[in-house]
Amino acid sequence: MSMNIQTEEKVGFKAPIVMSSLGLLVLVLLGFLGREGMVAFEISRRTDVVQLPAIDVDSSTLGIFSGIVMIAISGFALWRSMQNKRTPIWVLTVYGAVGITVLLGWLAAGATVPVTFIAGTALVLAVPIILGAMGGVMSERVGITNIAIEGQLLSGAFMAAVVSSITGSFTLGIIAAMVTAALMSMVLATFSIVFLAQQIIVGVVLNVLVIGITNFLYQQWLTEDGENVNFPGTLEIIKIPVLSDIPVIGPILFENRITVFLALVIVPVLWFILFKTRLGLRARAVGEHPLAADTVGVNVARTRFWWVTIGGAIAGLGGAALTIGNAGAFGREMSGGFGFIALAVVILGRWHPISAALAALLFGFSIILRVWANQVSPGIPTDFITMVPYLVTIIAVVGFVGKSIPPKALAVPYTKG
Amino acid sequence: MSDVKKNEESMAQAVKEILSGGLTRTVLSVLLGFLVGALFMIGSNKEFIEALGYLFSRPSDALGAAVQVVSEGYGALFRGAIYNADADTFEKAIRPLTETLRLGAPLIAAGLGIGLTFRVGLFNIGGTGQLIFGMIFATFVATRLELPFVLHTIVALIAGIVGAALLGAMVGFLKARTGAHEVILTIMLNYIALYFFTFLMRNPALLQETRATGNPKADPAAETALLPKLIGDNYSLHWGLIFALLAVVVFWWLMERSTIGFRLRMVGFNPDAARAAGINVEKTYILAMALSAGFVGVAAANQSLGVAVGVTPSAHANIGFDAITVALLGGSSGPGILLAGLLFGAFKAGAPSMQVIGVSPEVLGIVQGAIVLFIAAPPLIRAIFRLPAVQNSNALGAIRKRLFSRGGAK
Repeated sequence: MSMNIQTEEKVGFKAPIVMSSLGLLVLVLLGFLGREGMVAFEISRRTDVVQLPAIDVDSSTLGIFSGIVMIAISGFALWRSMQNKRTPIWVLTVYGAVGITVLLGWLAAGATVPVTFIAGTALVLAVPIILGAMGGVMSERVGITNIAIEGQLLSGAFMAAVVSSITGSFTLGIIAAMVTAALMSMVLATFSIVFLAQQIIVGVVLNVLVIGITNFLYQQWLTEDGENVNFPGTLEIIKIPVLSDIPVIGPILFENRITVFLALVIVPVLWFILFKTRLGLRARAVGEHPLAADTVGVNVARTRFWWVTIGGAIAGLGGAALTIGNAGAFGREMSGGFGFIALAVVILGRWHPISAALAALLFGFSIILRVWANQVSPGIPTDFITMVPYLVTIIAVVGFVGKSIPPKALAVPYTKG
Repeated sequence: MSDVKKNEESMAQAVKEILSGGLTRTVLSVLLGFLVGALFMIGSNKEFIEALGYLFSRPSDALGAAVQVVSEGYGALFRGAIYNADADTFEKAIRPLTETLRLGAPLIAAGLGIGLTFRVGLFNIGGTGQLIFGMIFATFVATRLELPFVLHTIVALIAGIVGAALLGAMVGFLKARTGAHEVILTIMLNYIALYFFTFLMRNPALLQETRATGNPKADPAAETALLPKLIGDNYSLHWGLIFALLAVVVFWWLMERSTIGFRLRMVGFNPDAARAAGINVEKTYILAMALSAGFVGVAAANQSLGVAVGVTPSAHANIGFDAITVALLGGSSGPGILLAGLLFGAFKAGAPSMQVIGVSPEVLGIVQGAIVLFIAAPPLIRAIFRLPAVQNSNALGAIRKRLFSRGGAK
């Protein structure tokens, strides 16, 4: 499976260094110098069929224990690096999960942590980012930079709310959101493939245009006639029988709106297509070495056009997840930078659908943690918690957590010789 | 080939180039942008939509409604941004123009910064973050230090420029050292800067106002640090405009006349060739990002020292992002950015009076977006107006050379 070009790269020691320093920070700051008090991790809701008792731990003991685990995982990463092997994604996921748990425990010293609520909300908040990132992965893998994800989320959110309200059909709303964002992608693709325009500039400009249009329509139309055109309500929450009764992961994963389920399906499907099918191989070839792909008969322009367009449709679905999948009505500039976060997530996940989705979850957690931390222990400088994912992204981009290697032909227009 | 015929041919060529070149395209883009805005105004107008219902029996109604809403909307923009003919005195009538100048000033300064990076082949999407860092430094000097009048303003201005330039230089350094893409770095730093600024304004020991209300806010700038009013107390126009104009002059000299500018442009044109010619491309990136952010810092000082109200997290007023559109419209040249900044400044100044007559000023956002869309896609403009494509041979240059060069100078 890992016969990628990446295995030829030398795996550096930066990742283990960063990971062990973070572990040490947790051990000292949240452990030895941690806060006094017991924390109750509430893993079952009162309505659940299977009731599990809450787990009570001492906040600083949890800090010490987690710090040691994190340092141990760093040791494993170091051992992998010495053998010139990458640390598997699932190990990094465990590392991240331990990190989030200890942060929760530190924040809620002397209180309870509603585990299913926090994890579930983090997932719902992450869905627009996940879907936006999938759109980004699809267009960047074929060599087109898509800065317009922000605009695609915003237009998707707008169309989903308005079309659902007017027609009374969520299905039509979702379709409208996906079509609109796909059209935006077509503009981006046409400009970059046919006109060879600067992709980053076209993306920025599309964002400005969508913000302008949605702001205007919101002000002129949606605020005046809100009951008829901006009152869609939210999608029904679907409980998958049996699976949703599993303790902890049941309510988090299997009791959701259709937008969340679609995201959970799209991520592995995209991974499969990208890495296990001929279609995906061709797409990656177009992004890495368009000339070679062209030589063996792949139509570079057409491949780029359709991958970017379908990626746009997926980002549009992410927009729908913002309105009818979460908030209900459309609000002015409600995408609030999620599209840019999605862009970061693509890089943080090294252009890999599953890693990107996990990175998006990190952002989802940071958003809910900020809100929740204000309630559970006021006075904690939450601005810094919010900053963490952005800092992590910079650290990753700068190459401290292993080099992130973009598709070789990213942002390079291809003209037939 | 005879000389006369050669001359005629190159004249025809030159006409083609003017048509396909920057100025025509820019003017057409602006006009098209206003047209797109007009379509949105018409499309959302109630009288027009009603008149559409009986379009075939009385088409003049729909047309009349369309003309009326557009002329009223853009009329209000003109009254709010340039000259208010309804005002009783001349002094009041030209106040809108002074507002345009006041609101355009930071856009010009920040636009210069973004334009500079375009010239070097970089994308600085981080105007917002750099502006915020500049504001942190300028606000600190303006609220926490005690200095005499004039000196205080100057120190605060310099602090703003240095603060922004530091963040810019950091981006340049990270790019040069690690090859990280500046677009991602700057976008991430926008958020980090915003949260950091908010944190500072929540902390009494740092930037929070003396009589804290719970919301993140800083003290207003000390009176000694405020930018003085430029043309009397009746207008809010202040010295920020002068600093923006100075920035235009500095930018022009830096880019067109100085050795540094030559180096910057050379790297922008072809980094490999520049490297082969002995230019340190990595150092040039750091320098370019620092200089770029320095210009943004002028806008930051303008925001911190312009009005006697304490800054809040939203005091960046989206200038860092609007500056991208300013630089694009201005073609990354000093005079172009000056005009583009004034145009978008006029949009900001005219927005309230559009609101008054019931046309959502948000339509100006559409105009702005449409203008830069047309600017960013030259082939699209050419296709719409059937302009000739850009020619590779430089006939215009040849004519210029013949007219302006003396005795075969190169």
